[in-house]
Amino acid sequence: MDTLLQTLKDALTIGSLYALIALGYTMVYGILKFINFAHSDIVVLGGWLSLVIATKLLVWLGVDLSAGGAAAWWVGPIVLTLAMACCGLIGFTIERLAYKPLRGAPRLNVLITAIGVSLFLQNSGQLRFLFGTSPRKIPSLISDATLFSIGDVQVRLLDLVVIGTAVTLMLALEYLVFHTKIGRAMRAVSYDVRTAGLMGIPVDRVISFTFILGSSLAAAGGFLWALNFSVIKQPADTSWVLLGLKAFVAAVVGGIGNVRGAMLGGLAIGLLEGFGSTYVNPALRDVYVFAALILVLLVKPGGILGKAVVEKV
Amino acid sequence: MASLQDRAKLVPQSPLAAAWRVFWPLALALVVGVLMQHQVRTNIDAYSSKQILDIGIAIILAVSLTIVNGFTGQFSIGHAGFLAVGGYVAGSITYYGSFALFGSASATLGTMSGLYGAKADAAFLTGGEGLFLFALLAGGLVSALLGVVVGLPSLRLRGDYLAIVTLGFGEIVRVLIQQTPQVLMSKEAIAAAKPLSVPLSVGGSLGFGNVPKYTSLFWVYAAVVLTLIFAYRLKQSSTGRAMLSIREDEIAAEAMGVKTTYYKVWGFVIAAFFAGIAGGLYAHTIGISLSPVDAGFQKSFDIIIMVVLGGLGSISGAAIAAAIVTYLPELLRTPDTLMKFAIVGVPMLVVGASLLAMAGKPARKSPEKKRGHDPRAFPRFVIGLGVIITGLSLLAFLAKRFGIDLGDYRLILFALALIIMMITRPQGLLGVREVWDGALYRPVRDFFTARRHKGGTA
Repeated sequence: MDTLLQTLKDALTIGSLYALIALGYTMVYGILKFINFAHSDIVVLGGWLSLVIATKLLVWLGVDLSAGGAAAWWVGPIVLTLAMACCGLIGFTIERLAYKPLRGAPRLNVLITAIGVSLFLQNSGQLRFLFGTSPRKIPSLISDATLFSIGDVQVRLLDLVVIGTAVTLMLALEYLVFHTKIGRAMRAVSYDVRTAGLMGIPVDRVISFTFILGSSLAAAGGFLWALNFSVIKQPADTSWVLLGLKAFVAAVVGGIGNVRGAMLGGLAIGLLEGFGSTYVNPALRDVYVFAALILVLLVKPGGILGKAVVEKV
Repeated sequence: MASLQDRAKLVPQSPLAAAWRVFWPLALALVVGVLMQHQVRTNIDAYSSKQILDIGIAIILAVSLTIVNGFTGQFSIGHAGFLAVGGYVAGSITYYGSFALFGSASATLGTMSGLYGAKADAAFLTGGEGLFLFALLAGGLVSALLGVVVGLPSLRLRGDYLAIVTLGFGEIVRVLIQQTPQVLMSKEAIAAAKPLSVPLSVGGSLGFGNVPKYTSLFWVYAAVVLTLIFAYRLKQSSTGRAMLSIREDEIAAEAMGVKTTYYKVWGFVIAAFFAGIAGGLYAHTIGISLSPVDAGFQKSFDIIIMVVLGGLGSISGAAIAAAIVTYLPELLRTPDTLMKFAIVGVPMLVVGASLLAMAGKPARKSPEKKRGHDPRAFPRFVIGLGVIITGLSLLAFLAKRFGIDLGDYRLILFALALIIMMITRPQGLLGVREVWDGALYRPVRDFFTARRHKGGTA
């Protein structure tokens, strides 16, 4: 029973992070119809930027955490907001410089450009004067003392914060996409770019907004990921790449282009991975995810909530 | 009515001609291989011969990926998975086979094997080399079988989705290899085991470095020649044309009766076979320890960069780009050599600019304009090359001035090159053309022969 609860808790944490990151993939795919391979690198950037910001901010405030304990409660939100803003700006810049010139180009070219952007971010992040190639520990912004426990399963404030922030951000996005004017514009553009343009929707501005939104959600994902594991790996580490890939798999499994599908897919992948590694074989956790991807694509290529696209001539 | 293909088979072919068709590529491969091993390698140092070897393997990989990504127009980003499968299969055959046959896993080098040469009294081909050749083919075939598995989803999936499946395939191969036991089996354990009764250990996450090192310039360049000839013939053949038609428009091809899935799967199988051979060669190279990372998508992206920079669909373009992408990092480490490139680059810029001024515009209604024969293409190509070469030497100058090691920035430069290439010249270096189709000659001809626009604005 305890194993079950523990697995469930971990799976839900990881799954909500996957969902948060998957949203960025799915929104860009919905509008521009290409896989933004650079998205996982924005997550990394978010993680590292929050580390740098947190360290600088704590020094500036004169707080020394080396003896243990956590920073004041308001430091976390400030770091999160700053990291999200920085990544949003970077996402906007990338879209303007690399993707906008390719509007209307064959999809393969955009895909290759995205791979190029991804490689660029990964390798420049490894430079000595940026983030370097060794893992670092993020200052504990939120206490990891046990809040209460169910059976043998300890629930920390940190766990609640990670899941809570992810869920809050997703609810906010849900509201934004389905209940505001810009959200309606985004849905219109993803339905049909040309017609949306003819109806007077500023397509370029909507696309830029989508990138800013997706990148800041990615930054939040990176921030929460760093908090959850407290150690942050170097920018080109395989674990980052796998995080990005799994989030992408979550987007596809849920039905790419579909915001609710991404959330569902993220949780599904988190649960699959968690239960697979606890009850079957922990070494094969990556295999489950990719096998699920291939299976879903073969059985229902549109994903759980997606519609199958019929190619018109 | 019999199809054109069937009727062509009715034309009698002399057995001599048929034999010649099979024989000449093999003969050419043998000659080139022997020349590389006994003329080129003996005249250069060990470091350069390793470089040339790496370039050869990169060419095989890039050309094989061209068959999937360039000919059939599918987008595979898991090509390194095939490389790893071929490498691991070939490596375990030679490693465990050597124990079974010769009692030890050290290579028995003949005159054609080994990167740094063999003993003077060595045989022309030894038994170990026979095993190596068998292992290469076996690696290629196993890889090709997996090519069927990876190619089959293309029945249902297109474009990006297929790309993700291939990516997933590469990652699954990586993870599965990582899970194998790390300790290689001892000699006693191998002797005690019944044939094929135990799963062979291949080093797991530590890598598989104990493979006998047979790979030499002979084997690599013989394989390069065969791969190039195969790809060239494939592109000319009816199979190749069917593949190209799928690339151009899958729906139209299907409407014309092309069995699209069949040819797409064939594309994957052929590409996987050659990638498997390249993997075998890679596994047996001195200084290489085959590891699960070689199946990962980072390796796949390296190959994609080559194919895309060379031009999706161009065999010669992929080969040229493979050589450049493999060699450039070395150049970046020696800024002094790179700086001298300005001697070529700056004049190219000047000449290119003056040629562009002379070229003028194509006449508005001339057939040249209609066929896309632009007299300005050649000057632009010269200017483009000039910009790249001058830029590189400028970069080397700045790096030297500020004491930066450009080698650290090589991947960043490649990534930038990829992005800029996609924006400014999306078709890559040669587009879908080939050197032997006049990809380099045609723009020059157009420059001299195109009818020009006279006066006024176009």
